[in-house]
Formats: sequence, C-alpha cells, structure tokens
Amino acid sequence: MSTENNGDKNNMETTTTPSSLSSVASASKRKAINSHPMGTGLEARGVHAWFGKHHALADVSLDFAAGTVTALIGPSGCGKSTFIRTLNRMHEFIPTAAMAGQVILDGKDIYDPSIDVTKIRLKIGMVFQKPNPFPSMTIGENVLSGLKLAQLKTENKDDLLEECLVKAGLWNEVKDRLNAHGGSLSGGQQQRLCIARSLAVRPQVLLMDEPCSALDPGSTLRIEETIEELSSTMTIVIVTHNMQQAARVSDYTAFFLSDGGPGQMIEVAPTNEIFARPRDKRTENYVTGRFG
Amino acid sequence: MTTNKIYESIQPTRPWQASMKDRLTTGFILIFSLFMATLLVKITGLSGKLGFFVSFVFIFVALTSGREYRRFGSASAKDALVNTVVAAGTFLTLIPIASIIFEVFSKGYKGIYPGLFTHDMSLNSPNDPANVGGLGHAIIGTLILVAIALVISVPVGILTALYLTEIKGKLSQPIRFLVQAMSGVPSIVAGLFILSAILYPITKQNSAVLGSLSLAILMIPTVARTSEEVLNLIPSDLREAGVALGGTQWRTVAMIVVPAAKSGLLTAVILGVARIAGETAPILLLAGGGDRFNLDPFNGPMGSLPYFIWNSFKSGTPESIARAWTGLLVLLMILLFLFSTARFLGNRKVGK
Repeated sequence: MSTENNGDKNNMETTTTPSSLSSVASASKRKAINSHPMGTGLEARGVHAWFGKHHALADVSLDFAAGTVTALIGPSGCGKSTFIRTLNRMHEFIPTAAMAGQVILDGKDIYDPSIDVTKIRLKIGMVFQKPNPFPSMTIGENVLSGLKLAQLKTENKDDLLEECLVKAGLWNEVKDRLNAHGGSLSGGQQQRLCIARSLAVRPQVLLMDEPCSALDPGSTLRIEETIEELSSTMTIVIVTHNMQQAARVSDYTAFFLSDGGPGQMIEVAPTNEIFARPRDKRTENYVTGRFG
Repeated sequence: MTTNKIYESIQPTRPWQASMKDRLTTGFILIFSLFMATLLVKITGLSGKLGFFVSFVFIFVALTSGREYRRFGSASAKDALVNTVVAAGTFLTLIPIASIIFEVFSKGYKGIYPGLFTHDMSLNSPNDPANVGGLGHAIIGTLILVAIALVISVPVGILTALYLTEIKGKLSQPIRFLVQAMSGVPSIVAGLFILSAILYPITKQNSAVLGSLSLAILMIPTVARTSEEVLNLIPSDLREAGVALGGTQWRTVAMIVVPAAKSGLLTAVILGVARIAGETAPILLLAGGGDRFNLDPFNGPMGSLPYFIWNSFKSGTPESIARAWTGLLVLLMILLFLFSTARFLGNRKVGK
C-alpha cells in the first residue's frame, strides 16, 4: 500500500501509520491455538440481527478459537456492538430485537430452546463500555457479586477475591481498602474492578465492548496488559475503535462495515496481516485512516 | 442495496420467546389449574371467590415452577415462581379497578339520554325518572372548578418544583418539607380554611372560585412533588451544556430542562387533576352545589359532579340512586377523556 500512496500529499502520515501499526501487531506474540484447557472457543454461524424492521447485521460467521483474542473494528454503526451482544444473548433485551443464525459454544447452539440462558451468560462474561460497579456494594462484594447472583458456592472466597483482583491488575491498588465502595475508585480502576467481577464466575469467554473508550491512556495500558494475561486462560472478544489497541492486544482482527444497508463482516485475518496486507480495499482504507 | 436482496430469504427469529409448544403447555397448565381449583372448592372446605383465587394461584405457581425445574433446575424454578407470583399480584390489583369500572358502567348507562347533557335539575327533583332533567350544570361546574384550580396550581406547583431543583435556594429544605406535609392535608381542612378565611369574613356567599381555591391547595403539593421528581431525573449534563453555550439559567431551564421534562410534567398535572376532580367536601362547603346552570364563577352556588352524585345518593329513592350512578359514569368518562387527550397532546411532539 505504500507504493499506492507515493503520489499522495499526505503520504508521510498515511504510510507511516500502518507500518507502525503492523510492526506493533507482529511484535505481539501469536499463541499456539488449542494449547489450553478452557473450552473449545466460540463460533458464530451466519448471524443476522434486526431491530424491528431495521436489518442491523447480516450474515456474520466468525470462529473464535479458544485462547485467542479477537478484535472487532469498524466505524460507528457497523454492527460490532450488536454482534458482540448476540454472542451472550444480551441482544434480546431490546424489545424489538430479532436474530437469525447460530452461536455455538461447546458444540451447542446457545439459542437452542433447551439451553438455560442464565448458564450461557455465566460461561460468556461481558465487560461494558462504561464502568458499572454496583453502587450498593463494596469493592470486595462487587468482585464476588456474580457468585451471589448466580448462587454459586466457592470454597475460599478470600483466595478467589485476591486471584480475580490480581488477574485484573487491581490487587495492589485496592488490597487495603476492600471494604470501600466501588464508586470511590477512579474510572480506570472501576473498569478493572468490573473485569475482576466478571472473572470471579470463571467464564470461558469474555466479551468486552469498547472497555477502554472512557479511560485515560495509563488505565488503557493496564487493561491491555490484563487482556494479555487473561488470554492464556480464556477466549476474548473485544470491540474497539482504537486500531492501535486492536494491533496491540489481538491475535485476530475482524473488520465490520455497513454500506448503508446492514452491517457486514468484510474481512477477518491474523491481526498483523490485517494491518500489513489487508485483502479487501475497504479494510485497507479503514486501517490506513483514509476511510471517508 | 444489493445486500438486502441476498438476505431476503432469511427470516428474523426470536428464539428467546416462548415457542408454540411452550405456549400450549402454559395454556394447558392454566386450564388444568382452573379445573383443579374448581374441584378443590367443590370438595373441600374452601369456598367463595377468594378461596378459588388462592387455590388457583397456588396450583398454577406450583405447576409452572415444577415445569421450569424439570427444564433448567432450581434457580430457574425460583425465577418462574417469583414471576408467577408477581403476575398474580398484578392481576389481583386489576380486579378492584376492573370491578369498579364494570359496576359504574352497568349501573350508570341506563340513565344516559341526550337531554342529560343539556338540561339541569332546576325544574326536577332527584326523585324524578331518569329521562327528565340532566346534569349539564354539574358537568359545566366541574369543568370550571377544575379549570380555575388548574390555572392557579400548575404555575405555582411547577415554579415551586423549579425552585427546589434549579435554584436550590436556602429555603429549599423547609419548602420541600412543607410541600410534603401539605400533600397529606385532608380535603375538608382545605375547605374549612377557605371557608373561615375568605367566605365568612369577605365574600359571604358561595362561589366556584372559592371552591377552586381550596382545590388548588390540594393540587399544588401533588403537582410540585411530582414535578420535582421529574426535574431531578433530567441529567445535570444537559443544564451544564446549556449554560456552557452561554445561556442564562432562566433560558437554559426554559429551553432545555423544561422541554426535556415535558412528558413528566404533564403526568404531574394529570395526577394533580386526578387528586381534585372527585373532591366533594370542599365543594360542598364553598361552591355550595346548586341545581341550575351557573356560568359565573364569582357569584352564587355552582353545581359539580361530585356534589350531584352525593346529593342524589342522599335522596335515597331508586330513581335518584340511578341518577347518581349515571353521574359517576359521566365523571369517569370526562376524566378518561381529559387524560387521554392530555397524553395524546403530550406525546405528539415527542414522537416527531
């Protein structure tokens, strides 16, 4: 793509950006797939989504291999968030919502009527865009709230509490004030608290819907480190508007786009390939910042 | 738009909704519970509608939870149990409302005839048959009384709410306390207050405007409290955004806060009207009743529907009691009409 931009006035910017992105992406380690015990990943087969008559997402098939981090990128309104919400059945909370297709977890369609939806959400956790610690609970109670909500038993709560907070990279900051309220933390800490909270029920898959969009770069970095660590024990899907972030944290990247009609997945590939050698012209335009 | 063509064959589905089989099962459980409840009432000591309802709810809840337990286990069964109990509670709350409406309709509709709305009772006594006389004077009276009370209490109530939420002056706390205390004032107290403060010393005669004053005393706290709740729900970001664009506080409130809360403020007004439309005691003392058309709110007694109903029931003959039911029906219809019109007008611009 650098040759294509040579005549461009802005070629300094447009060519340096992707090359730096791809260098970051190739620097991020590629993990051997199937090398860990946490389930068999998640697979979306021909997923469509509607809001009333509006067809928001069309025919997305994506295989999230176990233990990988997949980033979903694309401009606003392309259906990324809608898609991620179909993966743990949060989509159906919108009254007019409808869908088609299958989402396979452990060999079973999570939309099958014989499946208990609450157990699905226990296996497929979610972290939201805005940090949302439960206001009536302390930091410690927040982390363990999933166990209470789902009425799960655990042998040693203190160990679990520490383990989750360590994994979320928050332990050192809060270990002396576990009885303080979650609202007393900063935004970045609150988001890591929410991550710790979703880890406590030991999900196989963690969905993150723009988890860093409201955070400062320091907190963003901490959360990216957390994602890196978590990816050895679970499958992670992250929606992000930040392409550098996608390049830094993910093994695979899927590019979504809407051409005025329903959002579609244009391309999915290993992250370094998407940023260095995108197959589709539209992906190239987007990742090089020439999207208009 | 070629993409839409390709996907036309794919139909939107809602796999999370109950399937046909689930619905049939629910229907079967419902019928079976009704049957079992009937049987229980027949063969055991339980009797009456209450016994039937209680045993029906118990059987239905047990069967629904049992079915969920078989499908997804105990947590899901508890969920179903709570859902069914909540639904039964909702149904239970609807019973009195539905039976009131049914009772008023079934007893009141006989008295409706075209002349009812154009005649007054000046030439008839409540004991005359239902096809002479009318309650036109009472309808007009109620509308005038409510309209004057509305004109007084809506500005006062909403301005009070704005003082409490927007200005947040030093007097906020005492005013909030006063408004809360006032919302519990019995209507007869408001009536007696106006009676002793204005009617006896100054005007010395019944008039509609005095009745409206006492109604306004009852309505202001309702409007003010509900409006305050509604205005508190408007995010302060909006106020900051308005002020940050260079608006004064008054312009921001008038252009951004109040329009954003419009639907809720309308609810506040409707609740206020609902509070006063059926008030009888202060009307009795101040507007004084009356059985002829009187369009002058400042002079002489004025009829109203609650007074008409009270007066007709008091007479006690079959004809007058039938007349009272008709009055109730008309009052109910007027309120229904006012509320649905207000809702329609309030929602119209929001939808645009």
